[in-house]
Amino acid sequence: MDGFSRLALVETKLFLRERAAAVAVFGLPVALVIGFGLIPGFGDPQKGLSGQRGTEYIGALGVAIVLAILGLNGVPMVIGQYRERGILRRLGVTPVRPLTLLLADLTVWAASALGSVALVIAVARIGFHVPVPAAAGWFILAVVLGIAAVFAVGLLAAALAPTARSAAGIGWLLFFPNMFLAGVYFPTEEMSPAMRQVGNFTPLGSALHAVRDSWMGIDPRPEHLGIMAAWALVCGVLAARFFRWEQA
Amino acid sequence: MTAVIEVTGLTKRYAGQAVVDGISFQVEQGEIFGILGPNGAGKTTAVECMEGLRKRDGGEVRVLGLDPRIDGRRLHQRIGVQLQQTQLQDKLTACEALELYASFYPHPADWRDLLERWGLESKSRTQFSKLSGGQKQRLFIALALVGHPEVVFLDELTAGLDPGARRATWDLIRQVRDGGVTVVLVSHFMDEVEELCDRVAILEQGRIAALDTPAGLVDQASAEYRMRFRPMAGQPGKPVPDEQALAALPGVTAVTRSGAQVIVTGTGDFASAVTAELARSRVIVADLRIDGRSLDSAYVALTGRSMDT
Repeated sequence: MDGFSRLALVETKLFLRERAAAVAVFGLPVALVIGFGLIPGFGDPQKGLSGQRGTEYIGALGVAIVLAILGLNGVPMVIGQYRERGILRRLGVTPVRPLTLLLADLTVWAASALGSVALVIAVARIGFHVPVPAAAGWFILAVVLGIAAVFAVGLLAAALAPTARSAAGIGWLLFFPNMFLAGVYFPTEEMSPAMRQVGNFTPLGSALHAVRDSWMGIDPRPEHLGIMAAWALVCGVLAARFFRWEQA
Repeated sequence: MTAVIEVTGLTKRYAGQAVVDGISFQVEQGEIFGILGPNGAGKTTAVECMEGLRKRDGGEVRVLGLDPRIDGRRLHQRIGVQLQQTQLQDKLTACEALELYASFYPHPADWRDLLERWGLESKSRTQFSKLSGGQKQRLFIALALVGHPEVVFLDELTAGLDPGARRATWDLIRQVRDGGVTVVLVSHFMDEVEELCDRVAILEQGRIAALDTPAGLVDQASAEYRMRFRPMAGQPGKPVPDEQALAALPGVTAVTRSGAQVIVTGTGDFASAVTAELARSRVIVADLRIDGRSLDSAYVALTGRSMDT
């Protein structure tokens, strides 16, 4: 096993040892689907949701929530901590580079996101007869781009924040507005056109749109995919350029 | 003896200031080489340049024949490093950490053996955050050794260890050296440096103030030190002892009394002259002690200030 695989294995173990995080990532979206799914009539297409089934919409929300928790909270907090505690630095004097740990972490969290999404689809399908995403290929692309975009934002926050606490703080500052504007707290259908437009431009907003559309069987709009790709690219490049491996 | 580390004119600047200002020295194979100096002297920066953690601004560094700046990856397979003020992930257990780090190296040591040697066997399944300060320190030393390195860099080896653990650690480091490993030790503990190091470089404001064996530094410094004793009996009729005779001995700078105790202060080898004079005048003494002939006072003499400034 090479350095990357060993680190990925250890980081997976450590991730699962954080009970609260594991429960949030794997339990929360499922709980939402179950909770809302039990409301009578909610599983039918809803006028206020552009004809999308209520439970399907909640499933899509679950995906968005997982992306936000991992990318906007987890990434900056953990990476900021690893830097502050000297874990990245310590690896700098081993044959394995600190970058390898970073990549291993991002891989583990991305895999967790995908796992959670699969779980939500399964529970919605088995428990509440929600069809699996109809435009499957587009759906997978939307989720992958969503992961890339949101994680890149979190990575940039981690790169620029001076301390672990400020990294976590920036993460929270990004989390709530993104969740709000994306249409997690209430659907974009109920927003003013102006707010909807702003939300469209956020990484989470465009992700939720693309996920909702593809689950329903509609091809996602190119601008949503493009916006996610742009966030991923720009934030990713900036993060790589400005990343600090050591606490000042 | 082959030089395992060669440093020539090493310079590192931060914001225009030379934190390490053109230092040069060599470390021989199998020696324990100390780097001593106050905070801000540049010792950690110098060592980081040797480890490949920092890019130097000037001069040359070769560790095991490799330039840390160019051949860092290859070098890191052959050295071990214990850094100051580092932590591991909270929930990582001691044995997981050792096993993980062992996997990074081509020919690692037996990490179970290391756990045992460093007294961590009972804590092998304990998570890092639950280890005591001393246990964490020992874990980091074990991590530095897990790659079976040829050179080990230790920064503040016994910080946070109680006196018993310090001595045990010194013994283990001597064993490591006896196994053929070269040790570079950064420390601000005089007793540690005196106990362990074959040679010491005293770093001050980025320059080497002195480089010698601990004993050599003490001699070089010609610092004053004190000899105390309690005279018991002498020849009848004569003051015991004859303070004027003592004061006239070569090297003696002062003779004072403190109650029943006589204190003779001087430099160089005055202690032998004093004992010879006492024997000659048949004065029996008790509680003979020699204080201050140590690296502490040599340090002050050589750098003009104490470690605390």
